[in-house]
Amino acid sequence: MLRRPSYVSQPIAFLFIAPAVVLFVIFIFIPIFASLYLSFTAYNVIQPPRWVGLDNFIALLGHDPRFWKAFRNTLLYVIGVVPTGTAIALILAAALEELSRGKQLFKVLYFIPTVTSVVAIASVWKWLFAGEKYGLINYLLIQLGLKPVDWLLSPQWVLPAIMIMSVWAGLGYNMVFFSAGISTIPQALYEAAKVDGATWWGRFWHVTVPMLRPTLVFVVVMAVVNSFQVFDQVYILTSGTGEGIGGVLDSGLTLVSYLYDQGFTKFRMGYASAIAYVIFGSVFGLTLVNIRMLRSR
Amino acid sequence: MRVKVNWRLVAVVSVLILGALAMILPYYWMVLSSIKPPEELYTYPPRFVVLHPTLKPYQELFTLLPMARSLLNSLGVAAAVTLSNMLFCSMAGYAFAKLRFPGRDTMFLALISSMMIPWQVFLIPGFVIVKHLGWLNTFWALIVPNLAMPFGIFLCRQYIMSIPDGLLEAARIDGYHELGIYWHVILPLVTPALATLAIFTFLSQWNSFVWPLIIIQSSEMRTVPLLLAVLNGQFGANFAMIMAGALVVTLPMLIVFLAFQRQFIQGVFLTSIRE
Repeated sequence: MLRRPSYVSQPIAFLFIAPAVVLFVIFIFIPIFASLYLSFTAYNVIQPPRWVGLDNFIALLGHDPRFWKAFRNTLLYVIGVVPTGTAIALILAAALEELSRGKQLFKVLYFIPTVTSVVAIASVWKWLFAGEKYGLINYLLIQLGLKPVDWLLSPQWVLPAIMIMSVWAGLGYNMVFFSAGISTIPQALYEAAKVDGATWWGRFWHVTVPMLRPTLVFVVVMAVVNSFQVFDQVYILTSGTGEGIGGVLDSGLTLVSYLYDQGFTKFRMGYASAIAYVIFGSVFGLTLVNIRMLRSR
Repeated sequence: MRVKVNWRLVAVVSVLILGALAMILPYYWMVLSSIKPPEELYTYPPRFVVLHPTLKPYQELFTLLPMARSLLNSLGVAAAVTLSNMLFCSMAGYAFAKLRFPGRDTMFLALISSMMIPWQVFLIPGFVIVKHLGWLNTFWALIVPNLAMPFGIFLCRQYIMSIPDGLLEAARIDGYHELGIYWHVILPLVTPALATLAIFTFLSQWNSFVWPLIIIQSSEMRTVPLLLAVLNGQFGANFAMIMAGALVVTLPMLIVFLAFQRQFIQGVFLTSIRE
């Protein structure tokens, strides 16, 4: 026996959701399962997919040094970018709260990279990082008495260069969250800390930071998820070096750029789908670990 | 009498100004390098001013390369996707917020859950589907998959939930049909959410890179970020031209941002749920 719904259904609703649902099914719902299926096949787009079971995953995790290089680089990138970017943004936001006016001006200035195409940002930084001679960053290093480095052509500097650019580009975005968080902290807490003789740093460390925990958790989780999927800047900063997608000796190869390389330059779509699912799993795992760690303390 | 200096404020302002300079410098360098003639561009030490400004890099950008066409492509795609999201997302948002139908909550849950899945998962099947539809290298591929994005539906649904049911009842008593209610009651009330949606959809489409990169091969179908990527690869040594290209991508969004600063910065909170 059919159970009657406890409400009157409004069939016209299907008209309203039809475009959205059709698009969702074709371009989101089916692809989730299609890429899972493809990850168990060998598929070069021309011939139909051929079932290979777990071969892709075994090859990927078992004996693919490029995958592990990409994995290592991606982790290093996340470890390099997230804490630095979060800390600088937090300090800037705290500094901003000290101002009685001009806040909006600074926010706007720091926020500009957020509305700029990452391709454009990376193009500019590629020029800033350029060669030993005319690049602006090397010039500034020389002025400070340091040795210039060939940022984008020496294997040990490619990843740091990508990290520096990414920290710079993400500051304003993170800062806006911290700034909003700080403005909700009751002023009385700061007054109390002042009475107790706390310095600016003491108040920052013992009032601002603990009170911002929820914002901090959110920003860090977001930043880890996004950094793990870094691609655009890697693609641009390593392009034109005469090497493949990962730059010199794969020194800038990240997981998503490896996926792009396998899927869209070598057309190993099955293998690339396996990489996509490894990324999916890693992002999921990292998020859980992050939330655990940041909540519990 | 000695003036008491507020050292803390001095320190705070110095930090902020130093940071702001670090933010501005790359943009200044982009504009400066784009108008430098080669003999000034590749000198050591680099100069912070230009002695003989030239627009030649821009001329080259628009004559040696189809930059004008790329601008039109980007503009067309971003405008089409933005308009359709405003329409389709508000329609679906209305149904999910105010109408009753079987499977409503399950479908909505599926929609918002999909926002948590990394985009790489959709990339390969997306490419395969677009290829089978014969859409590679076409506007269809650039536009259709993005016509109604889950984030927009979520945003509209949350906003429409806050509209009191009494208002809709009153309209029904006045003889409005659901379509009429959507058009005459919901749409006017949902404009603030639609404005945020429009700004962020346009921005993300204008700056979109990965999807166009995999589905567009021909030079006349390239969007502006794609053209800039090609410049980086093929004209790797012509930094004046690359900087000119970077400025062409950046400038339209910068102008829109400066005009709607507050909407942008506040919109960050709304859009962050997407990720």
